Amino acid sequence: MIWFVVGILLTALSGVPGLFYQRHGEGGERIACLLTLTGTGCALFAVVTTLISGNNMNLDLTWSIPGAALSLHLDPLAAVFLLPLFLVVATGSVYGLRYWSQREHPGNGRKLRLFYGLISSAMILLLTASNSVLFLVGWEIMALAGFFLITTEDHKEEVSRAGYIYLIATHTGTLALFGLFILLDRASGSLMFPASHTLSATGSTLIFLLGLLGFGMKAGLMPMHTWLPGAHAAAPSHASALLSGVMIKTGIYGLVRLTSFFTEIPVWWGWTILLLGAISGIMGVALALAQHDIKRLLAYHSVENIGIIAMGLGLALLGRSYHMPLLVALGLAGCLLHVINHGLFKSLLFLSAGSVIHAVGSREIDHFGGLLKRQPWTGVMFLGGAVAICALPPFNGFISEWLIYLAAFQPLKQPASTLGMAVLAAPALALIGGLALACFVKVFGITFLGEPRCEAAARTHEAPQLMLLPMAALLAACVWIGLLPTTVMPLLRNAVADWSLSSTTTLPANTFAPLGWVSLAGWLLLALLIIIGLWLHHRSRNAPHDVTTWGCGYRFPAPRMQYTASSFGDFLVQLFNFGLRSERHGGKVSGLFPPDTRFSSHTPDAILDRMLFPLFRGSAWCCRYLRSKIQNGTIAFYLLYFVLTIITLLTLFIL
Amino acid sequence: MLGSLALSLTIHLTLLLLFAPLLQGVITKTKALFAGRIGAPLLQPYYDLIRLMRKGFVFSRTTTWVFQAGPVVGLAVPLLASLLIPFGALTAPISFEGDLILFVYLFGLARFFTATAALDTGSSFEGMGAVREVTFSCLAEPTVLFTLLVLARLCGGLSLNALFGSHLLDAWHSEAGASLGLILVCLFVVLLVENSRIPFDDPNTHLELTMIHEVMVLDHSGPAFGMILYGASLKMMVMGAMVVRLAMPWQTGWWLSDALLFLAGLIAMAVFIGVIESIMARLRLPRVPQMLIGTSLVSIFALVLVLR
Repeated sequence: MIWFVVGILLTALSGVPGLFYQRHGEGGERIACLLTLTGTGCALFAVVTTLISGNNMNLDLTWSIPGAALSLHLDPLAAVFLLPLFLVVATGSVYGLRYWSQREHPGNGRKLRLFYGLISSAMILLLTASNSVLFLVGWEIMALAGFFLITTEDHKEEVSRAGYIYLIATHTGTLALFGLFILLDRASGSLMFPASHTLSATGSTLIFLLGLLGFGMKAGLMPMHTWLPGAHAAAPSHASALLSGVMIKTGIYGLVRLTSFFTEIPVWWGWTILLLGAISGIMGVALALAQHDIKRLLAYHSVENIGIIAMGLGLALLGRSYHMPLLVALGLAGCLLHVINHGLFKSLLFLSAGSVIHAVGSREIDHFGGLLKRQPWTGVMFLGGAVAICALPPFNGFISEWLIYLAAFQPLKQPASTLGMAVLAAPALALIGGLALACFVKVFGITFLGEPRCEAAARTHEAPQLMLLPMAALLAACVWIGLLPTTVMPLLRNAVADWSLSSTTTLPANTFAPLGWVSLAGWLLLALLIIIGLWLHHRSRNAPHDVTTWGCGYRFPAPRMQYTASSFGDFLVQLFNFGLRSERHGGKVSGLFPPDTRFSSHTPDAILDRMLFPLFRGSAWCCRYLRSKIQNGTIAFYLLYFVLTIITLLTLFIL
Repeated sequence: MLGSLALSLTIHLTLLLLFAPLLQGVITKTKALFAGRIGAPLLQPYYDLIRLMRKGFVFSRTTTWVFQAGPVVGLAVPLLASLLIPFGALTAPISFEGDLILFVYLFGLARFFTATAALDTGSSFEGMGAVREVTFSCLAEPTVLFTLLVLARLCGGLSLNALFGSHLLDAWHSEAGASLGLILVCLFVVLLVENSRIPFDDPNTHLELTMIHEVMVLDHSGPAFGMILYGASLKMMVMGAMVVRLAMPWQTGWWLSDALLFLAGLIAMAVFIGVIESIMARLRLPRVPQMLIGTSLVSIFALVLVLR
């Protein structure tokens, strides 16, 4: 346990020594990186030894705040969330050395590293906290440090706006959590987290709804995702990786932990989460397809993946309501594995997108092109992440979605009940998968393939090794889980057992046995690809490589004739226009000899720009109207208010 | 155990590798006969493949290694997927709970790399083809899952061997027969979409603008193009195996007669595709998504019928 606490402290303080260094010095960032690496290493050591020993780790110290205790509790469920966190934090801090070096960013580099360390340690703290007050302390440090990470470049208007929206959203969520923990305190009698399966579900409707609002807001489930795209686009890339890969998962952790307290789960909880998950998944990926900003696009994919995770959780909850252990095991294992996987591949994508942005100096996909020739390794990393996020074999995304698919097929065994409707999760997942594939063909194709679309893209160079190595580590983790899924299964099995059952014995022994076959198929596929690929490479080694692309007879193709991100997305965006309401400007051609025209398309966020902003603007207008009517400056009205107030008070007094 | 696995592997791969291009030949021949022509010989696809394998390559200077990865994945994926699917009454060599998801996603992998290879050339025609391919496939994907759900409901297992097992014959005669008929139609439509046949795509059109799949592979040449053609015919046979098994669920019990029955079914399917191509015009492009969504609705209806 001492290692764990040391790890948290080292990570938290990693940015502090840098504050005492001079503005342009490099010492501070190196010390920060070293401290973060040591800190995560210590904590990782503690977690791994605990997992190997098979016991849970506990630390209980008293705290002078009423009702609070410094009480840490590490079980397999927390470990599932902690392990990817360590990797993402460590790789991100190494990546930041070159991506956001103190020399290039003397103004905000120190701030970024201070809050990077703080948010990491706060997340480690809250994932192991077993006291409500301690949890909320960790939650608030995380939320506020997240705000400062997002507003690293607070001189830009767009960034400060995104930060402001994030701050409103996260505090709405925290408010809900305060209510949640007060109600939990009422129900269980103490501010300590209750042990799993101890609370009765009667009268817990409000607890669930508050938890769904508070945790769902952080996770970015669909109607509550409004802060997410702007915030993740505004932060520096390694901070986006941390926010998207790890921070939003704390919301999922909260939901999983909260539902573990109850002995039985009302049926509508599972349906609600499953439905919200499906909506997030489909609309998230549809919105992602319509984006032209690479980081905004990746952020919408986080909404999509949170949707997939929520679908797994919803299926597991339904399994508990209907007492189907297999459904619980597959659904929750898929949910938890997707938490790990999304942490890995989304960070990988954000880091490699950061490397592109660093080189080209723009976030617009339509400014890139042909980067695979200039940044071959970054391109390979991005391609690996793209294949993984599309859930294609033999990468890790496939394994977790495979588990969720299997869970979605389970209700077929009980068709007579309403549970049968849950099988619709499978086609929904298939639609999400197909759309995600279209989206990543677009991003990878437009960014890395073809010809450069602007001068800056043509002059780029490969990222330095210090940025490539962290990406390689994340890619290796993705491949490892994809090809050897059986190695992570013991951890998931324990977490599932903790969550759903009192002992491991009642879980069917061969639930995850087919994963061995999946792994075998992955290796077979890899072997086939290598053999055929080597043959083709050998056969084509002397082929001429200097002709132009076939342009159907046209001899002088130019880069701007290529398909762009908007033209690629247009077909699908038109199909989903009922929910997206894309805005299109220009592009009309008139006359026999049309002059220059311009075309642009823009897809605002369905909830934030279409509903919340008009709503808030409307209520602000209402308030202004009322104020101008009530406080109209005429003294007679003010006297009338006096009289009315006195009469009202007198009436009340008499009654 | 090991012996039977080796036997099953050999039969599967022999059937697949030898007979896959024949289906293309049968389709072309049927269309020629319908049009009153003699047409190319039945074995023309084989001659084409041999000719392409002997040729050299030409690469655009825009392309990278991704361009070559397209044909490689396009060939490897149907090979691996064929090991998961039963050929008629011949059970699949590799079979486990949940292999149906692997089967579906393997083709996703092939699509990803075919489309990225198309974008690698920087040609807007190939970009157009890539968009259409990924769009239509993602609309067809839910239909595939609905049909798999119907089949899984009827058998209780989750492997393709179980889904296309011997219970299908009884299921046709039971009250689930109507559902099976509906999903047979849906699977056939998916087969036509995924293999770029009329009415969704015309492999023989003369204009790049109107193509879907063919325009994506415009820049491939020599053996790489041969691999694409061969991969496409393997894919057609693997997906056709589902349709044939569903339509003809009989088995004789002896592997040779089972294999012959399966081949006869495939050829009948190819003739049927040829007939459809001869009597139908290509759908207008905006009609294709409508058609696919309609198919999804039909498959939902089939699912509701078996779930009630």
